[in-house]
Amino acid sequence: MKSKVKWGIRLAALLVVVTVVLTACGGAATTAAPAATQAPAATEAPKEMTKIKLQLQWVVQSQFAGYFAAVDQGFYKDEGLDVTILQGAVDIVPQQVLASGQADFALSWVPKALVSREQGAKIVDIAQVFQRSGTLEVSWKDSNIGKPEDWKGKKVGTWGFGNEFELTAAMVKAGLDPQKDVTIVQQPFDMSLLLNREIDAAEAMTYNEYAQVLEQKNPKTGELYKPEDLTVINFNDVGTAMLQDAVWAREDWLSDAKNQDIAKRFLRASYRGWIYCRDQFDGCVNVVLKNGPTLGKGHMTWQLNEINKLIWPSPAGIGVMDKKLWDQTVQVATSQKVITTAPDAGAYRTDLAEAAVKDLEGQGADVKGAGYTPKQVQITAGGE
Amino acid sequence: MVETPTLPIHEVASEIPPAPRGTPAWLRQIIAFAIIAVALVAFWEGYKALGAATGGMIPLTAARLPVRPDDKSMPHVFDILAALFKPVQRGSENTLLSFLLRSALFTWREALVGFAIGSLVGFALGVVFVHSGLLERGLMPFVVASQTVPLLAVAPMVVIWGSRLQWPAWLAVTIISAYLTFFPVTINTLRGLRSPDPTALELMRSYAASDWQVLWKLRVPAALPYIFTALKISATASVIGAIIGELPSGIADGLGRSLLTFSYYYVSGPEKLYAAIFGAALLGIVFVVIIAQVERMVVPAGRRIE
Repeated sequence: MKSKVKWGIRLAALLVVVTVVLTACGGAATTAAPAATQAPAATEAPKEMTKIKLQLQWVVQSQFAGYFAAVDQGFYKDEGLDVTILQGAVDIVPQQVLASGQADFALSWVPKALVSREQGAKIVDIAQVFQRSGTLEVSWKDSNIGKPEDWKGKKVGTWGFGNEFELTAAMVKAGLDPQKDVTIVQQPFDMSLLLNREIDAAEAMTYNEYAQVLEQKNPKTGELYKPEDLTVINFNDVGTAMLQDAVWAREDWLSDAKNQDIAKRFLRASYRGWIYCRDQFDGCVNVVLKNGPTLGKGHMTWQLNEINKLIWPSPAGIGVMDKKLWDQTVQVATSQKVITTAPDAGAYRTDLAEAAVKDLEGQGADVKGAGYTPKQVQITAGGE
Repeated sequence: MVETPTLPIHEVASEIPPAPRGTPAWLRQIIAFAIIAVALVAFWEGYKALGAATGGMIPLTAARLPVRPDDKSMPHVFDILAALFKPVQRGSENTLLSFLLRSALFTWREALVGFAIGSLVGFALGVVFVHSGLLERGLMPFVVASQTVPLLAVAPMVVIWGSRLQWPAWLAVTIISAYLTFFPVTINTLRGLRSPDPTALELMRSYAASDWQVLWKLRVPAALPYIFTALKISATASVIGAIIGELPSGIADGLGRSLLTFSYYYVSGPEKLYAAIFGAALLGIVFVVIIAQVERMVVPAGRRIE
């Protein structure tokens, strides 16, 4: 019977300990977790800050450097905006997060957002930040694939999930039937199939997977693969490129003049972030690395350089839509049955982007990058 | 009451294992663990050596080995360990190990809260079920069904609801963690609460004990060993729940993000992903060891289910 009494006391003591620990942890969790949902700085808030949420397509990487730089450098704060960057994650579709009102702005590739728009999401492209496509189809030099026609009879990789349309459009343009003349292989989100030579060509982003190949050692030479070992088909050259990262907002939200002003301020600050990433290259890389402590420095440096190439030069100013490329994107999207009909004219607007560009120009900023020259980035093994 | 052992436990126990006297139990446990760890490493490296010798084939056949034995698919154990002590990022002062430990601690906080919620809910359900056959029959199918729904489908839903309700992101994660935790506790609590001998229950009744008294003086003490068995299962489940919950919630500080990033950049450093998996496993082990220690303090030696 004695033990019966004892367990009761022990359990009670334990419950106390556990409660204390949990409260401590709970408190810690509340303070530690919302690192992403920064509490407004109570100390120095001269004017009312507007809370804004931006949804990214994926976790932090140089692809989104401009927005992180705008937070880091206080550009958003200068505009009276308290911006929370919602990082992407597994199963998160940015334009749906936007449409459901859980974010004020979202980044999305144009064709993917157009699909959502056709399905009823009233979202608008307000700034076409990336002026060109970053998608490549990469193969080994000895496979002799120099043009889309050469894919005939080969195993050609694609990620699927809406990433395959530039590829299939290029096949059709080259007179190939994607169903019969080539074997389309679903590739994982890395380059292992190409590296193991299980496929002849693989889809790769200039700023990510392409570098991942170059960061590998060639087992034959013991040195890193070189660009000369690879042949690259660039969809911008083929003419089936589709527009990628753009800033989207909700139509109804934008109908309020107050929100149009917020959007303009948001774009101004974001553009300043991208200009910073062009002109203060190393500083911008460090911002990315600070936000993503497990990311490889070499890989992120390469990525930022490639991202800069997708933005600059922007002939009409950063974020201002190139109508020709929009039309090309829509044409490829309809011909590939990504969407059934071309979107109406309200699918994108240039007024906000142009106004932001004009304001920055007035402040003496270089918003076009006409004289932009890319850096020469040293490839590092494993992207370290 | 229900305790069968009348003679001191130590005597019964010492008759069974023919272990050398003088070696404490914990040391024996560590030795056994080390032997198995060495055997696993030997198997891993042996498999790689075999693959290298046969060119990736199963010896004397034309069939490929199920897993490629190359360094990309199966990095050397030494490389995995070495990766732990390299900087997490070029120029960073933190090693991968310290980074993973910090991530593990963050994930553990979420898991611990989820574990506490799940255990309490699980226990409460067990108590309700033991007193009401009707509720048990009515609710149990739902409890079982809740565990057959794939967590990968539930997790994004919880995260989306959470963000609609303006919850902090970690709260959704703890709820997913609790969701995985409560089930074993419910089942085992119920079983434990039913475990007292009918004669013991009759005795309590003959003393005119209330249901409340029967519960706390007889049923719960009898159920403790069962509950702790469940808590050990739930401890690992809560960690898994927290990691899976982190994936759609975009939380950057936990093990989920490390696993996601390292698998995304797998070809650039497979050993890092293995190191992160090692970190997740370690977290589960530590959690279970803690629960086992608590059990040691609460449940008398003779009644533990080891």
